[in-house]
Amino acid sequence: MDNYLSLFTQYNIPAAFWVNIQLTFWAAIGALVIGTILALMRISPVPSFEAFGAGYVNIIRNTPLTIILLFGVLALYNQLGFRLSDDFQTNFFRLAVMGLSIYHAAFVCEAIRSGVNTVPQGQAEAARAIGLGFLQSASLVILPQAFRGAIVPLGNVLIALIKNTTVAAVGSVAVEASSVMKTALEFRGDIIIPIFLTFAIGFVIIVIPVGLLTTWLSKKLAVAR
Amino acid sequence: MTSPAQTHVLVDLQSVNKHYGPLHVLQNINLQVTKGEVVVVIGPSGSGKSTLCRAINRLETIDDGDIFIDGKKIPAEGKELARMRADVGMVFQSFNLFAHKNILENVTLGPIKVRGVAKPEAEKDAMALLERVGVGKQANKLPAQLSGGQQQRVAIARALAMKPKVMLFDEPTSALDPEMIQEVLDVMIGLAKDGMTMIVVTHEMGFARRAADRVVFMADGQIVEEATPEQFFTNPQSTRAKDFLSKLITN
Ligand SMILES: Nc1ncnc2c1ncn2[C@@H]1O[C@H](COP(=O)(O)OP(=O)(O)OP(=O)(O)O)[C@@H](O)[C@H]1O
Ligand SMILES: [Mg+2]
Repeated sequence: MDNYLSLFTQYNIPAAFWVNIQLTFWAAIGALVIGTILALMRISPVPSFEAFGAGYVNIIRNTPLTIILLFGVLALYNQLGFRLSDDFQTNFFRLAVMGLSIYHAAFVCEAIRSGVNTVPQGQAEAARAIGLGFLQSASLVILPQAFRGAIVPLGNVLIALIKNTTVAAVGSVAVEASSVMKTALEFRGDIIIPIFLTFAIGFVIIVIPVGLLTTWLSKKLAVAR
Repeated sequence: MTSPAQTHVLVDLQSVNKHYGPLHVLQNINLQVTKGEVVVVIGPSGSGKSTLCRAINRLETIDDGDIFIDGKKIPAEGKELARMRADVGMVFQSFNLFAHKNILENVTLGPIKVRGVAKPEAEKDAMALLERVGVGKQANKLPAQLSGGQQQRVAIARALAMKPKVMLFDEPTSALDPEMIQEVLDVMIGLAKDGMTMIVVTHEMGFARRAADRVVFMADGQIVEEATPEQFFTNPQSTRAKDFLSKLITN
């Protein structure tokens, strides 16, 4: 037992998880913003916007996240000198947030579209009939209802995002949980299974409330028809 | 009827055609509605009544022909089209109140966002309209908390709040329980009396008789017959209309 507990003095495990939570927080905001814009494009009457939105979703959704994050570090940063901060660590953190946002935006877009499908056609027609333009109809009538109908699928994207922040390890974010776990595994061969369980349980503890919360919210905010 | 010198044509459809694939839903439709006139459109299911109504505020596009609202050709898209739609009120069979907004917000949304009316003024006007259609007490409820008849009266108030030049009604009472039909028709009759220009798709003969200046009978995408309500219901000319009316009465 003491053997196991020394793991926590040797490595700051809560701090490692805190990095994943921060990655999640910023990437969730980024993905929500980009995903909403993409969803707007996909429901817009302008064919070229629609095509762009569809193209983005289909390309990004079918590309492994590892490749997107490696691209950020090796191609954007190493090759092209693209940087988001002069501080080494901050730069990698931000690149990871960018990659995670771009990747999960495709899934956010599809979740919102599934929400749009819960909004009857008549709502959009009534909005247009009183003279609202496309953006007004979307922002005042369609999306507020679509988001409420998309809370569960959006929650699923968030859960995937939380777990996918571990992929930031390939993007040189060496302080996040899975990187710390890998280091711990290398140096503490005596407690390999406890280490795995510790980190797995850590993620479960973060993810379970998200699932419960979104289920509760989706019931509470459901649009009565 | 008014003499030509006084007539002010508000809605003018000229040789309008529309197809859904091979189906010719609107066949060379010509229809003029003058200011203050109430026109009832009647006809069998699938004859194109809804399509006609929806074409007038361009919820459906047309293949050829022209539609003018108050002398102006309907714009194809964009801001111009939105502005035109604000002048044409529409009441749907299924009410289509904004489900996430309360009754008052349903009525004020258009005036505030489209007309740029200040919120307190929009709310004052909206309350007056809601009182007028008899649902003032429900102002803070959500649409789903109201009966169908109440929702449809709110929908009428929402359209009126835009101060439209003409109002379109597409079977406004056919989704309602029988006991709620009259309360909606009464509001519409009131509107007609106040001089609102109205195009009403309905099978309610009582309404047509009391409020309509003219009945337009449609079948298979064509206007088959036009007459005063009295003439049309007592002495229809076409066999299609006779056939239709005999079925309507037995129902
Ligand atoms: N979006 C569409 N695509 C293809 N066909 C359509 C579409 N909308 C309507 N139609 C067809 O066009 C015809 C006219 O439809 P419309 O809804 O205008 O009839 P209606 O006179 O309003 O009938 P009802 O009394 O049943 O409401 C019908 O045969 C219908 O099936
Ligand atoms: Mg119809």
